[in-house]
Amino acid sequence: MRFWSICAGFIVLAFGLVQSPVNDYFFFAGFVILQAIVLATAWNILGGYAGYVNFGVPAFVGTGAYAALLVHLSISGPLIVQILFAALVSGALGFLVGLISVRLRGIFFSIATVALVFIMETLVINWRYLGGATGLQLTRPTEAWPFDGYVRMLFWVMVVMAVIALAIARYIQDSHFGRGLRALRDSEDAAECAGVPTLRLKLMACTVSGALLGAAGAPMPMYMSYIEPYSSFNLVYAVSALAMPIIGGMSHWIGPLVGAILLATIQQIVTVTISSELNVLVVGVLLVVFVIAAPDGIVGLYRKWKASSK
Amino acid sequence: MESILEVSKVSKHFGGFTALSGVDLRVAQGERLGLIGPNGSGKTTLINCISGSLLNDEGEISFKGKAISKLPAHRRTCLGIARSFQIPRPFTSMSMIENLMVPLSYVCGITGDQAEQKAMEILSGMGLAAKARTATNQLSQVELRKMELARAMAAQPALLISDEAMAGLSGSEIDEVLEILLDMNSKGITIIMIEHIMQAVMAFSQRVVCLDAGQIICEGTPEHVVADPYVQRAYLGD
Repeated sequence: MRFWSICAGFIVLAFGLVQSPVNDYFFFAGFVILQAIVLATAWNILGGYAGYVNFGVPAFVGTGAYAALLVHLSISGPLIVQILFAALVSGALGFLVGLISVRLRGIFFSIATVALVFIMETLVINWRYLGGATGLQLTRPTEAWPFDGYVRMLFWVMVVMAVIALAIARYIQDSHFGRGLRALRDSEDAAECAGVPTLRLKLMACTVSGALLGAAGAPMPMYMSYIEPYSSFNLVYAVSALAMPIIGGMSHWIGPLVGAILLATIQQIVTVTISSELNVLVVGVLLVVFVIAAPDGIVGLYRKWKASSK
Repeated sequence: MESILEVSKVSKHFGGFTALSGVDLRVAQGERLGLIGPNGSGKTTLINCISGSLLNDEGEISFKGKAISKLPAHRRTCLGIARSFQIPRPFTSMSMIENLMVPLSYVCGITGDQAEQKAMEILSGMGLAAKARTATNQLSQVELRKMELARAMAAQPALLISDEAMAGLSGSEIDEVLEILLDMNSKGITIIMIEHIMQAVMAFSQRVVCLDAGQIICEGTPEHVVADPYVQRAYLGD
């Protein structure tokens, strides 16, 4: 109950915020942080709960973005249709990735997911209708009622998506499904022999995670008012989506949230104050520090601190 | 007696290596069967094929009269085949009781307080109640072995396969585990026990089957099998 009140509170608060005269730049930067929350949370459903490390996040984000573009170009569908279609397509892609896990486990699964990025990127580069290798310039719709501007609307939509992603992650964590995922992460053979239908669970986790990753990528064409394959399928997405849950903590839904807010905020600040190149370095340094000093992330540190102060 | 498990002409190859060739085995309802054989003789491969961790290449396995050789492991668990692993494979992120909750919720559909109660019942029966909330990485070797059996029991099996549950344990610990297995059997559970420790095999089994190089070379009463010249040769060489 409390969780849902907080969620509703955030959505209403964000709605109030986008109606206020705050500078547009705030929403532009805030969008990136919110998108990071969705990406990290979605990644963690498969990577953290089930232990299948997906390096193919850019494939899903890019697929989501281009699926949205396809809706925009072909039927000029509104944003909500773009997002839903993106989630559908990348959910299907997630399902296919899940099938890979039948044969490949551990690092081999991860390598296969990297290949997926290049497959999807090559597909788009050769698809003239979607702009091919050069990309497409887009004009944002001017009308965004009841919002005062399209970027403000995108910000609010991203708030809703982040809340939905967190609610799903939280629900899965404490559910029957989540217990099965934890069991298969710890030992797939033992889980199977304890009655856990591991393949079905992996397919479900891959599909949900993929759909959310794609949905997070869907607003990108409109946000940038431009789309091209190289930045849409940028491997930096893979590194961030993996670094944030690791830094925040992978065992609890709140970990990716904390990691995403921390990392994405620092990145935004560094981009503005120092350089846009240096922000990638921040991810690397923090990742190394956390992997060595706090492998269970901030959530792990908090638990340790709580246990020792008892 | 009616047989609960029938393995007929089961073969399993790994590339060019034949791990099992034409194994025939029948296990009667409520029986205590000892499965012995030298290292690499195919014992674990056989039970992997029975439990579904591996799929057999040839032959047929049926359980309670139902053909199961194509079923995935979790379906077989739900039908009533449970196993423990030679090297304990606890769910490391969970406490001991949570480990038991996995089969309880996935096999028996019991959750919440009811599952907790049932799990405590099983753990108490094995003298593990005090460690129920302990993280699995804090457990001793014997506790892990017992937990493997407890988790298998939580699936409420009709057939339990115990894969070297006693390897590396001390004399008194072996007796403890043996007692647990005998207790399970007295509740009507059929048990296949893979073991190297002959003292345990002799004390436990009603019938012993000896595998060597993927084939059954001898079966009968424990005394008969131990005295068999083929078995002695398989273990000791010529």
